[in-house]
Amino acid sequence: MRLGLLTVLVLVVDSSTPAVTAALVEVTADGVTSRAQRSTVDARAHGELLAPQVDGVLAEVGARPAELGAIVAGLGPGPFTGLRVGLVTAATMSQVLDIPAYGVCSLDGIGHPAAAGEPVLAASDARRREVYWAVYDGAGQRLVGPEVGAPSVAAERARELAVTVAVGDGAHRYADVLGLPLRAEPRYPDPHALAVLAAERIRAGAPGDPLTPLYLRRPDAVAATARKPVLP
Amino acid sequence: MADEPLILGIETSCDETGVGIVRGHTLLADALASSVDQHARFGGVVPEVASRAHLEAIVPTMQRALTEAGVTLADVDAIAVTAGPGLAGALLVGVAAAKGYAVAAEKPVYGVNHLAAHVAVDTLEHGPLPEPAVALLVSGGHSSLLLVDDLAHGVTPLGATIDDAAGEAFDKIARLLGLPFPGGPYIDREARAGDPAAIAFPRGLTAAKDLAAHRYDFSFSGLKTAVARWVEARQRAGEAVPVADVAASFQEAVCDVLVGKALDACRSNGVETLVIGGGVAANSRLRAMAELRAARYGIRVRVPRPGLCTDNGAMVAALGSHLVASGVAPSRLDLPADSAMPLTTVSV
Ligand SMILES: [Zn+2]
Repeated sequence: MRLGLLTVLVLVVDSSTPAVTAALVEVTADGVTSRAQRSTVDARAHGELLAPQVDGVLAEVGARPAELGAIVAGLGPGPFTGLRVGLVTAATMSQVLDIPAYGVCSLDGIGHPAAAGEPVLAASDARRREVYWAVYDGAGQRLVGPEVGAPSVAAERARELAVTVAVGDGAHRYADVLGLPLRAEPRYPDPHALAVLAAERIRAGAPGDPLTPLYLRRPDAVAATARKPVLP
Repeated sequence: MADEPLILGIETSCDETGVGIVRGHTLLADALASSVDQHARFGGVVPEVASRAHLEAIVPTMQRALTEAGVTLADVDAIAVTAGPGLAGALLVGVAAAKGYAVAAEKPVYGVNHLAAHVAVDTLEHGPLPEPAVALLVSGGHSSLLLVDDLAHGVTPLGATIDDAAGEAFDKIARLLGLPFPGGPYIDREARAGDPAAIAFPRGLTAAKDLAAHRYDFSFSGLKTAVARWVEARQRAGEAVPVADVAASFQEAVCDVLVGKALDACRSNGVETLVIGGGVAANSRLRAMAELRAARYGIRVRVPRPGLCTDNGAMVAALGSHLVASGVAPSRLDLPADSAMPLTTVSV
């Protein structure tokens, strides 16, 4: 599909961090324009917040869901339960509306816009004293990651890659361990950046992606062991 | 018929991803994807494994249900979804999916109680449920006795298990006897060749002193230990374990308590209808014993076919249909998943 002068209205969702985000952008042949954005920082209410925010951004621009032409979803990495809310929302809406859904690594939504000419470490909170992290070059291309691990390990890799600045909520939380200057924004995945990273695919009318979460960790589960006898 | 509301139901509270579609009391589609095989080596449902499976299964399961019913989401009048009780992460996938469908298709959404849905599913087979009724809901995750005075607005809990769920006891005894997971169908099969009176296993919370405080409650932990002791004693003595007799005697003890307490609840509340639901309702001995004993008191037993007793989307759609027909208002779009949703809440 060639879009020519057409404009595609795109819904962007990300629930990989404590920020629950829904946004509408317009993708045209030569740019990506923000139309509406709702973002709430509440790590425990992703399931409650996201759908009303999607409804809210649509109402704000006076658009019906059927006017959407594509959906962009942050694939994580992120704490699993919250992360799935965004992905299932994108997958189900894409099914009903018969429009493609594109996945983008959520850390790219932090690292890409922050990498203005110098390499940057992007990190989000992975709980259990760990971070999800990736390193970007000066042009915002991901060099390493996404990975999950101790902030000290991320800091060491960042030093090896001559990183000069860190960004993201995880970087703020572990600033002392990372020992790098911090960039204030974006703290959480930026929906405009996520849309920019999917814009080529949107313009080309590429087939949608299977929205597979970047879990990076296996489920906590242990195989059943031998039964303990009840007799002494 | 065609003017009755078309309701879609989504179920993800445990390890089954279900999407059902009903028109009024007529079942049009019941699509199911199960992650049970992924849990077998853990000997029980692993919540994170179940949640991951729901995310992968929801879109294809929805597609199968719509195709089976020959409808599109645009035709649907309302979407119902299990909002609780159940595994928190698993519930959340279904609730978020229902909201995604509801927002995109501009339909109302009803967040409903999983246990009430187990009761409502019987209407798909046996028509409207007389009220009041007593419901016995027994599965791997729950064992509850409830008084159903108004299925659309609230049911009254009478009792529940104080330790293991009935289905959990079946799983644990199956494991003890070297039978596969989930244990219910295997115990049922073994028991057919066994003597239910071979071993006198205990009936939990049926002694006079227990009945005073726990008339309608269940306990299966003591029974489980008694069976384990009996089997281990045989094994230590170097004797063969009579698997069929152990299975039959264990099953008899479980069914005896379930049926006895359910019929007591019917009689003391002047109720003439007993509905049995949940995975354990598929047990052949439970069905036969309930019907035989209920007949003595003129109580009618209603048990849906086994495929509707286990968790599925049709039961959620059936409850949604009842709520719409009763004029209950839909839920708000910020409805939460509630892993501990009380029985007194039928929809949120
Ligand atoms: Zn159930």
